[in-house]
Amino acid sequence: MLETKNIEIYYGKIMVVRGLSLTVADGEIRAILGANGAGKSTTLKTIMGYLDDQPDKGTIWFKGKRIDGMKTEKIVPLGIAFVPEGREVFPELTLRENLMMGAYTRKDREIQGDLDRVFNYFPVLEDRLKQQAGTLSGGEQQMLAIGRALMSRPALMMLDEPSLGLSPILVTEIFNIIRTINADGATILLVEQNARKALSVAHHAFIMETGRIVLEGPPEKLEQDEDVQEFYLGIKKDQSVRGEARYKRKKRWR
Amino acid sequence: MVFFFDLVIGGLAIGACYALVALAMVIIYKTSEVPNFAQGEMAMISAFVAYALIESYGVGFWTAAGLTLLFALCLGVVLELAFLRPAKNPNILGLIVITLGAEMILYGLAGWKWGANQHPFPVPFSEYGGVTYADVIITEINIWTFVTSLVMMLLLFLFFRYTKLGTAMKAVQQNVFAAKAMGIPTRRILTFTWGLSSVTGAVAGMLIAPIATLDPNMMLDPLLKGFAGAVLGGMTSLPGAALGGYMLGLIENFFGGYVSLEFKSVVAFAVIVLVLCVKPSGLLVRHFERKV
Repeated sequence: MLETKNIEIYYGKIMVVRGLSLTVADGEIRAILGANGAGKSTTLKTIMGYLDDQPDKGTIWFKGKRIDGMKTEKIVPLGIAFVPEGREVFPELTLRENLMMGAYTRKDREIQGDLDRVFNYFPVLEDRLKQQAGTLSGGEQQMLAIGRALMSRPALMMLDEPSLGLSPILVTEIFNIIRTINADGATILLVEQNARKALSVAHHAFIMETGRIVLEGPPEKLEQDEDVQEFYLGIKKDQSVRGEARYKRKKRWR
Repeated sequence: MVFFFDLVIGGLAIGACYALVALAMVIIYKTSEVPNFAQGEMAMISAFVAYALIESYGVGFWTAAGLTLLFALCLGVVLELAFLRPAKNPNILGLIVITLGAEMILYGLAGWKWGANQHPFPVPFSEYGGVTYADVIITEINIWTFVTSLVMMLLLFLFFRYTKLGTAMKAVQQNVFAAKAMGIPTRRILTFTWGLSSVTGAVAGMLIAPIATLDPNMMLDPLLKGFAGAVLGGMTSLPGAALGGYMLGLIENFFGGYVSLEFKSVVAFAVIVLVLCVKPSGLLVRHFERKV
């Protein structure tokens, strides 16, 4: 469904993404994991067409159509929705208006059905339709942001760090809903720092470091990998005599 | 007591004009954080176009007014496309200077085309006759000014409240990044914002022209007052800007009537300084802290 072929992205003269190729197949949840500055969010923004003149090299394909170099407003109607990092709701619009903006590119009139679908996922939102979004708590804003993205009936939904700044219970809830949304037919591409959670829902994951994919595969495989265990899941194998690590493990994928 | 009501009526009429100018400024300021200093000249040019249509081409007043609004829409759109959009990665200061440049171009253009002379702006309303109620005369032109500005504000309110385009404009104002993610064409919305602001300004221009006189300098004072009114009510709040404009008109008129006519213009700014000391973001502005 989505494929990037060898894309290179620059911020000024700094190369942030160095020849990234990834594919997302229809009906899957795929996750991109990686530390800060690995280029995960940049990749999503580039797919959405946010960065002018990027990718510098390489191509991006969605449903067999080449979308690199297209404007965001042209990409969204193709069926990609984006839930940005840090929610980014419209604070002074009401919840209803926020959700209606999610359906901005749609011309048909059957919006009520989609509203009901969003309320089905997030019953909290229905009671507060007339409230301004800025009055919601962080978790509710995240739900609103996801609901808003759903309003465009996306074939592919990209989420940038949906767990950011949420309590563990809310994180579990959000991930459960992501799984439900996927089960209802949407393909999902997820960028996460919370590796354990992301691996628990994903069908396939990529590990990104300094602009490259260093490891990919199904979560079972990644969970077995010693480097992933050490650096992403925080599982320590050897205990030192004094109960603390005395040396730092080297990553073996470089 | 009659004098008091005379002042109220005069203040409300001029306040209505200030309020429209303030609204025009706020519409642009909210989307791009640029105070558009060309606003006054845009309104002045629009008023001149209406004047030319009526006087030189013999068009009826209402047709001329309608055509003028259409012209104002185009003027705003063209200015945005021609001056602001080409700027590459502009900062706010740069954009403000661009609006000042546009202001001078329009000012020069009006001076060249229509000269510095004062022209009477013909309206089908009497400046002297009107409704008399308990010795208080409400002139036709005051009623006309007041009603028109209220209708314009109502239309703006309905537009922003109930239309998809209006909501999208608010969305762009609040969060461009997220608006783009919704597939909203943010640049086109910004251009349209200029058009809408220009139309609002043109209404103000056509209301001010018959009260003052029509010449290239006519919007100098109303622009400053409108801007001040907008700051008073809060630069990011449409109702605030309208309220600020009305308040300024009333305060100014009362001060001129009861205290000192010479310092009439100054008092408005003194009030603003006071208000900004107490509530720096303006009277009607509410802020949401961003949650992390």
